[in-house]
Amino acid sequence: MRWIKISLGLAVIGIIGFFTVRELLMDPMYFFELFLGGLTRGSIYALIALGYTMVYGIIQLINFAHGEIYMIGAMTALIVASVLGMWGWNTAVIAILAFVFAIVYSCAYGFTVEKIAYKPLRNAPRLSALISAIGMSLFLQNYVMLAQTPDYLPFKSLIPDFKFWEPFAHIITSVEITIIITTVIVMILLGLLIKFTRIGKAMRATAQDKVMAALLGINVNNVISATFVVGSATAAIGGVLIACHVGQINFYIGFLAGLKAFIAAVLGGIGSIPGAVLGSLVLGISESYFTGYFYSEYEDVFAFTILVIILIFRPSGILGKHDTQKV
Amino acid sequence: MKAFFKVVAVAVFSMVVFAAPGFAADTVKVANAGALSGDLAPYGISALRGVEMAVEDINAKGGILGKKVELLAGDDVCKPEVAVNVATKLVSDGAQMVVGHVCSGATIAANKIYKDANIILISSSATNDDLTLSGEHPNFFRTISNDGAQADLMTDFAKNELKVKKVALIHDKGDYGKGQMELAKAEFDKMGGVDIVLFEGVTTGAMDYTAIVQKIKRSDAELVMWGGYHSDASKIIQMLKKKRVDTLFMGADGIYGDNLPNLAGKYAEGVYATGPNDTSSNPMHQALTKEHQKKYGEDPGTFFITGYTAMQSLATAAEKAGTVDYDAMRAAMFEITVDSPMGQIGFDEKGDIVGAGFSVYRVMDGKYQQVN
Repeated sequence: MRWIKISLGLAVIGIIGFFTVRELLMDPMYFFELFLGGLTRGSIYALIALGYTMVYGIIQLINFAHGEIYMIGAMTALIVASVLGMWGWNTAVIAILAFVFAIVYSCAYGFTVEKIAYKPLRNAPRLSALISAIGMSLFLQNYVMLAQTPDYLPFKSLIPDFKFWEPFAHIITSVEITIIITTVIVMILLGLLIKFTRIGKAMRATAQDKVMAALLGINVNNVISATFVVGSATAAIGGVLIACHVGQINFYIGFLAGLKAFIAAVLGGIGSIPGAVLGSLVLGISESYFTGYFYSEYEDVFAFTILVIILIFRPSGILGKHDTQKV
Repeated sequence: MKAFFKVVAVAVFSMVVFAAPGFAADTVKVANAGALSGDLAPYGISALRGVEMAVEDINAKGGILGKKVELLAGDDVCKPEVAVNVATKLVSDGAQMVVGHVCSGATIAANKIYKDANIILISSSATNDDLTLSGEHPNFFRTISNDGAQADLMTDFAKNELKVKKVALIHDKGDYGKGQMELAKAEFDKMGGVDIVLFEGVTTGAMDYTAIVQKIKRSDAELVMWGGYHSDASKIIQMLKKKRVDTLFMGADGIYGDNLPNLAGKYAEGVYATGPNDTSSNPMHQALTKEHQKKYGEDPGTFFITGYTAMQSLATAAEKAGTVDYDAMRAAMFEITVDSPMGQIGFDEKGDIVGAGFSVYRVMDGKYQQVN
């Protein structure tokens, strides 16, 4: 069994390596452009996947309503930007306020969803909380559909086409470069938060052992709420950025994005923060290459195939811990 | 006691059985089915408003065969699986003829139900060739030309007016979009002189289309031809412009109407689309447009006029047949000439409209304007 796995793995790596080198030599510019496109997409996945992985790390729950938080972030930004735009405010101020409002709103939603749908079920079987999460996701989707509109709404980019960036715009647009830079900054801030702050320490402690953490005087409920709030904030940033990139949103955008980000989190090893980022980038970049070199028809099929292949070799994801689940 | 229950049961049952024909005699039930919600709702609502207005006019003149028309409405969100449920419900509600559905995929799925129930189906917007040309849908008619006619026009325009040598054909994998691009491909192959450098499907509602846009860019296509609806088209158009890809963009009636320019804004400028012939010089058309503006405070949508004509055709056929029975109605459909807002129209032996066609439009200053 072991040698089959090893030879299969080598074959896959060999084929991928061969294609990569061949395409790189044939048209390096195209190769690079696809890489940047994939990096952008992967960054968005990462911003969403963080929420999945952090929540899972702490309470072992797949928060399926997380994609909806991302959508609510984009919707809030759209509403704020339209209203302020009508009042004729400065575009830079609008952009900042839209981001701030989107983050605050999404955090409020994330916080409330946890209190309503997950906290009462904390000691219930894990399946009940999962069903509750799916219900919450459907509720939020339909709520936004009814309260706003089922149609696509145009989203005027909050990030202008920078003048100085014009020579490079055909390779990577201002919005895309903003997405990549923002993601890097968010990741660094999050790393610092988890590594060096009191709440970060509390989060790590709770993730390791909830009961022990509580015994040592950590308020576990607050830590869980904080985790939801932080995850929602990064998702909201992702939502606003992708809306700027694509230029239109509706109530349904959270579903597919949430699903892909969830795959990315599992790919990287759910529960692990670097894993979520790595999984997102792997997924985004490989999707981009697949569309670029093969068929975009099967883009989603390909995403799931990658997931299956990686889980065959590393059942707990690329950076996942190899420990058996406590039952 | 048991016997008593039996009597009651029989009585209740027979009441239902006898009540049904008596009830149906008062009105003619016509159903309208299409997307009334979801992102394709603008198409369905425009058609529904046309049908509603036609029903009002018909009822004002005394109805069909002296009976008032009662309109039922069904919402299929343009999804085939929902369309089948909607069709089943409309049939069980007693619909005697149906206008709809709006999207081709939904229409094909739903027509299985109508065909079995012997109900005439007339669509104001479903353009897929198979609906009429395959011969599998004998009860189907439409007041819009088929995709074949549309593909001929698109390919001809691309080659002879736009004079492009390389085209990329992109579709949304659906019955309507993919079918249309396959027709266009066949047409280009037949004409010769135009290279198809890319033929690909994309996932509808995908997060972004950056990779496919880069692929289009590498293919050096001078024209992107799109088979599908406006919401995905708008994403691709925006991304093409943002990535400074210098190519023309053309779609069919799926991107025609105000929706695309509204959604894509300034990026939509210069986009080509084929749509139903502009018949706005027709006095009936002008009167209806005015009526629509008065009632809803806005210009009519894409399928308002074809929807009106569809309802009008049904009424004309029923009057000619002197009954709303399926066989007589169907025979009459082939013989009628309708004085419609689209001009004088009729139906050929396949069920396709005679006397109407498509034109090419281009977005200029945020609105589609006719170019040929």
